Amino acid sequence: MKPAAFDYIRARELPEALEALARHGADARVIAGGQSLLPMLNMRLARPAVLIDIMGIAGLDRVERDGDLIVVPAVVRQAALMKRPGLSGEQPLLAAALPWLGHYQTRARGTVCGSAAHADPSAEIPLCLVALDGEVRLRSRRRWRSVRAADFFGGMMVTDKADDELIEAVAFPAAMTGTGYAFREVARRHGDFAIVGCAAVVTRDAIHLAVAGVADKPQRRSFPPLKGSALTDALNGFAWDLEARDDFHATARLRRDLVRSLGLSTIGEAQRCLA
Amino acid sequence: MPRLNAATRHRVAFTLNGRPVSLEAEPRLLATDALRHGLGATGTHVGCEHGVCGACTIQIDGQPARACLTLAVQLEGAAVTTVEGLAPERDRLSVMQAAFRRNHALQCGFCTAGILVSLDAYLREQPAPSEQDLREVVGGHLCRCTGYTPIIRAALEAAACLRGEPLSQPSDREPAHV
Repeated sequence: MKPAAFDYIRARELPEALEALARHGADARVIAGGQSLLPMLNMRLARPAVLIDIMGIAGLDRVERDGDLIVVPAVVRQAALMKRPGLSGEQPLLAAALPWLGHYQTRARGTVCGSAAHADPSAEIPLCLVALDGEVRLRSRRRWRSVRAADFFGGMMVTDKADDELIEAVAFPAAMTGTGYAFREVARRHGDFAIVGCAAVVTRDAIHLAVAGVADKPQRRSFPPLKGSALTDALNGFAWDLEARDDFHATARLRRDLVRSLGLSTIGEAQRCLA
Repeated sequence: MPRLNAATRHRVAFTLNGRPVSLEAEPRLLATDALRHGLGATGTHVGCEHGVCGACTIQIDGQPARACLTLAVQLEGAAVTTVEGLAPERDRLSVMQAAFRRNHALQCGFCTAGILVSLDAYLREQPAPSEQDLREVVGGHLCRCTGYTPIIRAALEAAACLRGEPLSQPSDREPAHV
């Protein structure tokens, strides 16, 4: 349970990190808070030749507004976003989901962008990004681009990020008037990986439900404003389409059941917020 | 741009419980092993080595951190606090440690170091926590002896004590046979 050997580069400015990434590509990994990468290194599921530490880069540590977007740069820790004044009004879904993201002890170190980069299928940050139709901003020495969250997450720990790119920031759309938001999760222990996580975004004309922990990446589906059995039927269809699988933590059947029941209660809560 | 070679040991300097320390570390050395083997500070315990059990929790610049998910080289320049730094002086317990003792909040003691360090950081941030708050903080640690209830009781009692409130629970009295 010790990492294999690697060179360690302490980048002081963003161009230095991008230069190192351009040079080492797939042999390098970016480390920020390290709360997802270090377990991978310790278990030797990842064996990079070079680690590029970006936590010392100035100017990437402040959450900023870009119009209707809440832009969270690469060095912002999860605890820092959680403590942002007014977050529950600015984006209630994030405020509701962040306390479920790992533990108090890991949120103090882990970064928001790091969670997006890790792309665990049950993780809260990818779920919120997909639910809100947020974006991931990638930079390399050769280009800058912004990718819609739904296109960024490709599967279990697979993303659209190229080997020479790093996540410069993730951007969450701020709350819109006439929209209700809710988040719910079931895990074996608060802070452990979600068995199923649900994020609902509801307006008068539509219901959007995003689900984590079932498919190999967070999935979002939109429904018309259904009620009663029409809604439960639609959720049942969504639950089966996610192609849940059995694993050590839960059966596929339990996961489908949670999509139906937790999905319904999450939508209900978002609708009450709207009313 | 500082680059530390994988095969070489590099000097890492930081403060440990208020004292300046340094050691020689390869980049892959974990903070747990740096503290225990490099500096002989064995109060920090090593459990799962992948961030789940919480036994190795330390404070880095006042914030809690899993030492097993931290590289020694990342401690450069930081202020590190471990369980050894919680007591005000030798042979005297901190308020939280004394509350743990009174409430039987430990049996084997393996998880205790990490829990004490977490609670110390949390109470600085939230001096008047609810029971639910504390359950979430302690939820970041695995304890297989106590069932957590005495830990929560001790933490509530210590928080009240640190706020200057008098101890009112029966647990403030030592049992007669001690």
